[in-house]
Amino acid sequence: MNIQFRESTEAAPPLTAKNAIKTAIADCDIHPARATRTELYPYLAKRWQHHLEVYGVHAYQGMMEGPPYPKAQPNASRRDACPPEGGPQGSSLSFMQEQHLDPNNVQLGVLNPLNAGQGIRNHELSAALCSAINDWQIDKWTSKDKRLKASIVVGNEDGLSAAAEIRERAGDKNFVQVLLLSRNVEPLGQRRYWPIYQAAEEAGLPVGVHAFGFGGNPITPSGWPSYYIEEMVGHSQCQQSALASLVLEGVFERFPKLKMVMIEAGFGWAPSLAWRLDKVWQRLRSEVPHVKRPPSEYIREQVWWTTQPMEDPERREDLFDVIKWIGWDRLLFATDYPHWDYDEPSRVLPPGVTEANREAFYRDNARKLYGLTA
Amino acid sequence: MTSLIAGGVDCDVHPAVPHLTSLLPHLNDYWRDQVTTRGMVDLISQSYPQNSPITAREDWRPEAGKPGASLADMQRHVLDPFEVGHAICNPLYGVQMVFSEDMQTAFCRALNDWLAKEWLDRDTRLRGSIVIPTQSVEKAVAEIERCAQDPRFVQVLMLVMGDTPLGKRALWPIYEAAERLDLAIGVHAGSAYHNPPTAVGWGSYHIEDYVGQAQAFQTQLTSLIVEGVFARHPRLKMVMLESGISWLPPYLWRLHKFWRGVRMETPWVDRAPLEIVRSNIRFSLQPFDAPREPATLIRLFDHMQSDELVLFSTDYPHWQFDGQDALPEGLSPDLVRKIMIDNPHATYPRLT
Repeated sequence: MNIQFRESTEAAPPLTAKNAIKTAIADCDIHPARATRTELYPYLAKRWQHHLEVYGVHAYQGMMEGPPYPKAQPNASRRDACPPEGGPQGSSLSFMQEQHLDPNNVQLGVLNPLNAGQGIRNHELSAALCSAINDWQIDKWTSKDKRLKASIVVGNEDGLSAAAEIRERAGDKNFVQVLLLSRNVEPLGQRRYWPIYQAAEEAGLPVGVHAFGFGGNPITPSGWPSYYIEEMVGHSQCQQSALASLVLEGVFERFPKLKMVMIEAGFGWAPSLAWRLDKVWQRLRSEVPHVKRPPSEYIREQVWWTTQPMEDPERREDLFDVIKWIGWDRLLFATDYPHWDYDEPSRVLPPGVTEANREAFYRDNARKLYGLTA
Repeated sequence: MTSLIAGGVDCDVHPAVPHLTSLLPHLNDYWRDQVTTRGMVDLISQSYPQNSPITAREDWRPEAGKPGASLADMQRHVLDPFEVGHAICNPLYGVQMVFSEDMQTAFCRALNDWLAKEWLDRDTRLRGSIVIPTQSVEKAVAEIERCAQDPRFVQVLMLVMGDTPLGKRALWPIYEAAERLDLAIGVHAGSAYHNPPTAVGWGSYHIEDYVGQAQAFQTQLTSLIVEGVFARHPRLKMVMLESGISWLPPYLWRLHKFWRGVRMETPWVDRAPLEIVRSNIRFSLQPFDAPREPATLIRLFDHMQSDELVLFSTDYPHWQFDGQDALPEGLSPDLVRKIMIDNPHATYPRLT
């Protein structure tokens, strides 16, 4: 967070070479942006360029430009992350290197492009934009900096074309995962999304589920709230419901080698959700005979969590209980660069973590999950 | 097993309306005629299908009829063996699903009168919650004021999944009335099904709806806190009923962090969300979603950093625990006393 730091008895030291992270880290949630409105046009057929000029993009929400809940800052981004050459935050590779990748010793950076063709009502346009974004990630980012890896962005509401996009990219070392968002037309366990999981499992790629997206459903089960903060906090409830759906529809049972990453939705809720699922499953399992094992087992074996935004207890060591219940081997450090609620690598963990757990948390879990251990 | 103490308050029991026709004696001629002429059927919500295992414990399920429909059963299953001093009746009849404010008002009125006559009149340990027609805030307030004349009503009852988030300003006259009349607002699991039961759409299964109740409570807490309900009504107590509770600390850690980040958006929230919860929000004990071993339980209660948040409940006749095991393993005797007696009395000023 860069609006107001936690009130601490000791002032947080400024980031310098001295206290910067010494060991190389993995940042599992970086958001690359387009410098100009038309930056994707070279990757789009003339038909779609025309479509964008005349009709624009119609997402499953009413605003033609910008989000339904105005963000707290322009582009929801750090005010200090604007590139010197102009363009929005996150749109310049050289400035990302200078401000983030180099000083933080980022060894692996996973790109998750948002507003990139998902959650769009015209599913053909969605597929075309996603394919363009994937080409753009290679040209602008991963081919120019080997630390960066891309996510295969897929047209989420059309499972078959999404699966085709995954198969097209399978084996391309520029990509380390498939990207979905948490909010879709239906809960993520529904059959319409299964071709995505099947293709990802075949390709040996984890499926990242990043918070956000639009599917036309109110962001609470009681309708639309009033404020941005409700949307922000609400993403973790959306993520819980999406994960419950994945478990209860039998996705993990059906695709036992599928790995899923919960991105930018917090992780503190995970133990409680798993306990609740187990308890209710014991009582109601005859309704879901395809869920053969206690839900917590699927979650423990097949789900990972990125850390940002780290939950922030008053007594910071309370966090260790929660991490212990989830498993130190399941957390993937992330900053969310360049967004405003960025977590600073040198400050996220309270003191008292063993060296092995620190390394797992900051780097090794990610390298292992994304197959980059060589 | 952690020992119960006599004279406790069971803050969540569910007397069942046997059938819509049970309300006929409490409806006026017009509505009685509407029910019969139109062939209206029983109002059973998908939140609690009658035969679902979660809707009734096997040994609490009657041979015929709805679980919770018989006072004698409730006495035999809960009031006597748990030696409760009081039990608060929260009827979960599907009146919230009705769209017409006139019909809903008639049904709520009948339901509240039915509760007083069939239950409260027949066992002095019982207390009631006022079910309100939320399709009309004006009519809801009128029903609260009408029922509050009966001191046995200690609470106003709303569902966690309704038409709008509960913090919305349009609903505030309900909270004003409750605060003025010393009534708590009880928010119970269940949906009016006027919105999809999860924030990511309609799931396939009953089990998904039930798991999703916990997420619905989380979004409602956010709404209640950031809209400023408790800045306006500092004496108001809200009780989250059948919400699960183990999600609370990590949820608050997240809300607290974002509040620090974007509090300029809701400047009337002049206290930290953690403090607002500690002063104004309470939670019924069952279901307690956690492993059964005491070590975890003790950590979870410690994370709450308050021994005043939890109110004893059996959630009768729903199946949350077996035997007499209503209290999770590992609670200290002091905490048991807070949960069973002190906290409920501090929450419900009309409970005498």
